[in-house]
Amino acid sequence: MTIITELKNVSRILDGRPVLNNVSFNVQQGEILALLGPNGSGKTTLLKILALIDKPSTGAIYFRDHKITDSNMELMRKNCTMVFQRTIIFNTSVFNNVAYGLKMRKTSKNEIAREVEGALKLVRLEGFGKRHVKKLSGGEQQRVALARALVLNTPLLLLDEPTANLDPKTASIIEDVISTVNRESETTIVMATHNMFQAKSLPHRVALINDGKIDEIGTTAQVFGRLSKTLAGFAALDNVFSGRAEATESGTTLVNIGDGVLIEMTAKTHGQVSVFVSPEDIIISRNPFVSSARNIFKGKITEIVDSGSLVRLKVYVGKSFVVQITKRSFNEMNLGLNTEVFLTFKASSVQMV
Amino acid sequence: MNAILEALTKSVQLFLSVDPRIVEITLRALFVSGMAAIIATLWGIPIALLIGLNDFRGKTLVKTVFSALLGIPTVAMGLILYLVFTKTGPLGILGLLYTPAGMIIGEALLITPIIVSIATSAIESVDREILNLAKTLGASESQQSTTVLREALSGIILAAIAAFNRAIAELGVAQMVGGNIQGATEVLTTAISNETQLGHFQLSIALGVILLSIVFGITLVLNIIQRRRK
Repeated sequence: MTIITELKNVSRILDGRPVLNNVSFNVQQGEILALLGPNGSGKTTLLKILALIDKPSTGAIYFRDHKITDSNMELMRKNCTMVFQRTIIFNTSVFNNVAYGLKMRKTSKNEIAREVEGALKLVRLEGFGKRHVKKLSGGEQQRVALARALVLNTPLLLLDEPTANLDPKTASIIEDVISTVNRESETTIVMATHNMFQAKSLPHRVALINDGKIDEIGTTAQVFGRLSKTLAGFAALDNVFSGRAEATESGTTLVNIGDGVLIEMTAKTHGQVSVFVSPEDIIISRNPFVSSARNIFKGKITEIVDSGSLVRLKVYVGKSFVVQITKRSFNEMNLGLNTEVFLTFKASSVQMV
Repeated sequence: MNAILEALTKSVQLFLSVDPRIVEITLRALFVSGMAAIIATLWGIPIALLIGLNDFRGKTLVKTVFSALLGIPTVAMGLILYLVFTKTGPLGILGLLYTPAGMIIGEALLITPIIVSIATSAIESVDREILNLAKTLGASESQQSTTVLREALSGIILAAIAAFNRAIAELGVAQMVGGNIQGATEVLTTAISNETQLGHFQLSIALGVILLSIVFGITLVLNIIQRRRK
């Protein structure tokens, strides 16, 4: 595997506070690497350092084996671009927005016209060229921002939370585009996300970032398979419970997590344990239903957080569980605060931390 | 009352007869103020970029100085320039006193704080991330500055127009540096002042109407441009 870019012992101190702490990792040519971590963990700073718009306090950046210094920044800058989390657009037409980087590169007018059309097609905004960008919806503006980066066809693309706060349709278009350009143009992509779904499905590798440090890096299968304490701590957020485990007669284990809540799991153990249930493994329903799943709880919705294509619900069943469902399901089920619901999940979905 | 009415009627006649002197005064006023606005914009915008895009010690002080200079009395400015341009003054050798060139320089200095103050706040109101975005899209330093200026364009135009309006409408510098010499340095404001003192009200009113029309006309055009850009 060829390494396209690498950070060595990078630290960044902002206003006396360490934002990144001795971070080292490499990005392999042609891969999608996700930086998964909670808000404020240092993902954006890491991307900004890779985009050369922020400088590490100590440490070095390498691009194709060249150490990047003040004198050879152009080498990396021309080969790398970034899409910001907050949509930033130039106050002009869609065409001029997308054409910007090509104009900076003194590309010919004919080629600009052709490339811009292609990029707009990719993000499904054909025919939008003449529209003023301020008149588009938030999701369309973010797609313009993506097209503006894609049109440059740089070997390295940095995406900061590309689907955060977007409607499900836009989010899925953007996810499609990400995998398409990675597959067809072999663009290497580094993307920051705090979306577990996305981190599991899109990238080849995942780096878990917490408190400015990379706690773990590996293939998605490795990282999610191991389910380290870091991941349980920040990605799963609330669905980590401690309790006493006791074997049942049927060969499973019952964990009493207190307040009358007993969780059944397949792993055999006893004594004090911590368990975790992934928010997307929990089925939410209006009525109880017959299934093979061993865990069924009745509760009430106490919190609703809309995060674009997904909705996070907090359901109180004696303990609070976080459930993640799609916006569509949420709307179709007509859920709201204090709605009485049932949570169902399989004993095999309960993992020990 | 009758005297005023009579003056008004005569001024309309003068206005409609396209009096060559009125035309000359008007064109000179437009030329002097226009050149002053262009020069002040040319040196004011880089200053505004420097202040607006950088964080440095004393930034607030610099901005406060320019804001304070917005209200500098034009006679005071005129007096200072007179003393500098007069034959025995430090720049007397250039022979700028009582010339349109001297007036242009004087007006340009007078309106520079307007350009710098308004353009600085326009540049500061542009999203800081625009610079970062331009960088990530491969823009050079000068291309980045141009991009920020383009984003701040309506503010920059506002600055230039406001500066032009101040230049064409002020009396102190034009009078003291220009000297209101007929056929050489006479502009709208100095002519109005002078003709009023001589009791030539109809000419003063006609010139006053022209001056007001220019200022209102330009402001109107500016408003239309700004509305279109939104």
